[in-house]
Amino acid sequence: MFSRAYSAVIHGIDGLIVSVEADVSDGLPLFEMVGLLNSEVKEARERVRIALKNSGYMFPPKRITVNLSPADIRKEGTAFDLPVAVAILTAFGHVLEDNLKDTLIIGELSLNGTIKKVNGVLPLVYAARQRGFLRCIVPKENADEGAVVSGIKVYGAGTLKEAVRMLNGFDDYKPNSVDISMLFQGGHSEDGLSDENVDFSEVAGQAAVKRAIEIAVSGMHNILMIGPPGSGKTMLAKRIPTIMPELSFDESMEISKIYSIAGLLGNRALITGRPFRSPHHSITSTALVGGGATPKPGEISLAHLGVLFLDELPEFNKNTLEVLRQPLEEKAVTISRLNATYRYPAGFMMVASMNPCSCGYYPDRNRCNCSLNMIKRYLGKISKPLLDRFDICIEAPQIDYKELQIKKMEETSADIRKRVQAARRIQMDRYAGQGIWFNSQLTPKSIHKYCRLDAREKNLLEQAFEKMKLSARAYHRIIKVARTIADLDSSERITVRHISEAICYRSIDGKYWGGEGL
Amino acid sequence: MASTGAVRGYKMNTDGMQELYKYWAGTIPGLKADKITAMIDRFGGIEDAFYASEKALEDMAKKCGEEGIRFTERELKAIIQGRNFDAIKRNLEYLKEHGIKYVTILDDSYPYKLRNIYDPPFLLYFKGMMFPSDKKAISIVGARNCSVYGMETARYLAGALAREGIIIISGLARGIDSHAHIGALYADGTTYGIMGCGIDICYPPENINLYMDMQQNGGIISEYGPGINPLPYHFPMRNRIISGLSDGIAVIEAKEKSGSLITVDLGLEQGRNIYAVPGRITDKLSAGCNNLIKMGAKMVTSPQDILEDLVDYAKVLRTDSESGQIKLAGLLDSREQAVYDAIGLTPVHVEELALLTGFELGELMEHLISLELKDLICQPVNSRYTRKL
Repeated sequence: MFSRAYSAVIHGIDGLIVSVEADVSDGLPLFEMVGLLNSEVKEARERVRIALKNSGYMFPPKRITVNLSPADIRKEGTAFDLPVAVAILTAFGHVLEDNLKDTLIIGELSLNGTIKKVNGVLPLVYAARQRGFLRCIVPKENADEGAVVSGIKVYGAGTLKEAVRMLNGFDDYKPNSVDISMLFQGGHSEDGLSDENVDFSEVAGQAAVKRAIEIAVSGMHNILMIGPPGSGKTMLAKRIPTIMPELSFDESMEISKIYSIAGLLGNRALITGRPFRSPHHSITSTALVGGGATPKPGEISLAHLGVLFLDELPEFNKNTLEVLRQPLEEKAVTISRLNATYRYPAGFMMVASMNPCSCGYYPDRNRCNCSLNMIKRYLGKISKPLLDRFDICIEAPQIDYKELQIKKMEETSADIRKRVQAARRIQMDRYAGQGIWFNSQLTPKSIHKYCRLDAREKNLLEQAFEKMKLSARAYHRIIKVARTIADLDSSERITVRHISEAICYRSIDGKYWGGEGL
Repeated sequence: MASTGAVRGYKMNTDGMQELYKYWAGTIPGLKADKITAMIDRFGGIEDAFYASEKALEDMAKKCGEEGIRFTERELKAIIQGRNFDAIKRNLEYLKEHGIKYVTILDDSYPYKLRNIYDPPFLLYFKGMMFPSDKKAISIVGARNCSVYGMETARYLAGALAREGIIIISGLARGIDSHAHIGALYADGTTYGIMGCGIDICYPPENINLYMDMQQNGGIISEYGPGINPLPYHFPMRNRIISGLSDGIAVIEAKEKSGSLITVDLGLEQGRNIYAVPGRITDKLSAGCNNLIKMGAKMVTSPQDILEDLVDYAKVLRTDSESGQIKLAGLLDSREQAVYDAIGLTPVHVEELALLTGFELGELMEHLISLELKDLICQPVNSRYTRKL
């Protein structure tokens, strides 16, 4: 008596179809599972045995062998409990075999036979659709999440018995459905995602920083904010997602997949807001970029298509920050293990904040008594290569009481978002089909192509290059930012003004920071 | 006495021997110049003092004691132990190898002004050029953790004075001291740094470039020999040399209780002019300076205030047209001028500038970069600008 059911395993951020084969034969009573299994999958044996018994099925003393294939891929997670149980029941003749070949089954079993929710349902269902499956049986709690994938029927099952009844006759059950447009309408303010109840108009003053943020978001440039404590750096950063263009369905799916694997989807079917991740500075490098014995996406992947906010940048472990360098260039992180290589997307915008010195008040000498050496040591915590990744660097000044009192009409996030969207559209049109979406992605070669400079502009850049002793990287950074400023201006040409502004946003220069040396 | 026996074995010319005796007298630990000169006078010459027997030294100490100059047991012991011919010779060789020169109070080339202070050092080490006694000198001192205002003022004042041929003296410390030296060097002037540690030690270490460059256009001076560490009590001692070598002391930024004020007190004892650069009454870093002005120090608002005391008036008038902001004429258009006018010596944020000038951020930044490229303003901290003097 042989039977085969289908399930899937998470590999990176994609699902991989796994066939679950069960064979029941005579011989010494034995229940064995093979197929490169992690310990949590091996333990399924006990869960399945008892769940079958408690659901009212006989577990006859036969020789039962379960094989999960392909056998050379490591199986992990608890989603195999249900397909194993179904495969065994089919071998015993409790389930009609016909329905099995078009159905993907995932779910964890409890000892009493109920089905518990699992992580990664969205990418698994997605993979099933790609492979041409007609339907999925998923845990009831994950049903909405799975139903987001169109073109495949998703059934939520509460117990093992219910799942068996479904497999014997799907006609009696209705597949789960969600209204995607409804999902996108509702406001949300959950952990780790942008809070839609905040708005830029709530931040008093800080016109220069707001302008810098607008430019940064338009071209997806990384931005570093420097300022004394309480100047509103964190407040401003939290509002960055509110001026980013709204998520498209595809983007939303991409983010939701990552969140589904990380088990952070909660009760939502889909992530519909831009992620805003603000990890504490005690974070380890593994937690930041992802990894572990069985790789999991890290904070940078959770911030994909959103904002990764590093508050108090110098407090982060130096080695932790250095691992960011490669993903920042590649927009993805590759984690290699002996058995497999995993690739997680990491197309985030990096926003960081820091104080100008350890007490936070330099250059206000009435409050700051840090020596230049102390200031240099404080800044030295951030390596030059990482600093080079920040296209825009701006100081947030202290707000005085008067400014807080004035009830001036500040611009709302919606107004700023309109301008950002316009600038993004210009970039999208210009780089169509080039594999580039934002100005920040321009390479030195493509800068040459897309950022033509006239004699006057070239002259200005040359002077600045000499005078400010810019590096080649800084030079390219200035042109990229100038391109974005020109796009915000709807100007095809990059003018002296655009370049000047870009130069003003150049990052900390060792020479000027704390006064130049000899 | 073993050491004297060894000495007799050598044949050296008289000059060389004289140097040796002087160096011995200058390096007796803990013995100040007044006692050394009293001892030499007593013996009627430095050579006799060097070869004097222990008995003769004790007699000398007794006689000096009657005149009020008391030698302690320890000092006598130090005098005797120092008479190690080999060691002295080795030390002199070492100095020669490392380009360290020295001058004692017995030499004519000893700085004239310093000779006349209370408690002058018997021996001064120096690197670089000899300190010229005939030139006017101003010492510029101030806070280590200075503000941008202090930094710019120090550079400007030092540069303007150095351009008139006045020697700039300071302590090579962090902050105002360093900037005074830098200002003088930029103006191709002469500048001397007085150290509170051994002559061959650069303290603070980050000033190593300054330490090296100053030896080309001035020098480094210390009363401490090679290898002596910078100990806290050395610094007030070195301040007496700073004030002693100069004709006037200019304090740029000092808190209410600042080490710079020790230099001022010593300078007052030595009869030097005291100058102070005023600051805003709310700035802690200017409280010391403002107090000095209150007590009668001369307020300095331009280099002329110091120059008019040092050089003849005709010269001062000539310099008037060369310094200050006059060089700007014709360089700026009206909009740039408006931005420039809004920038002072305290770093001002771009946003504040936008409010002050009424320009939009984009246009403002265009003017700022233009001014920065013309070397009129600088960006000491991100997004903040100050005027360059």
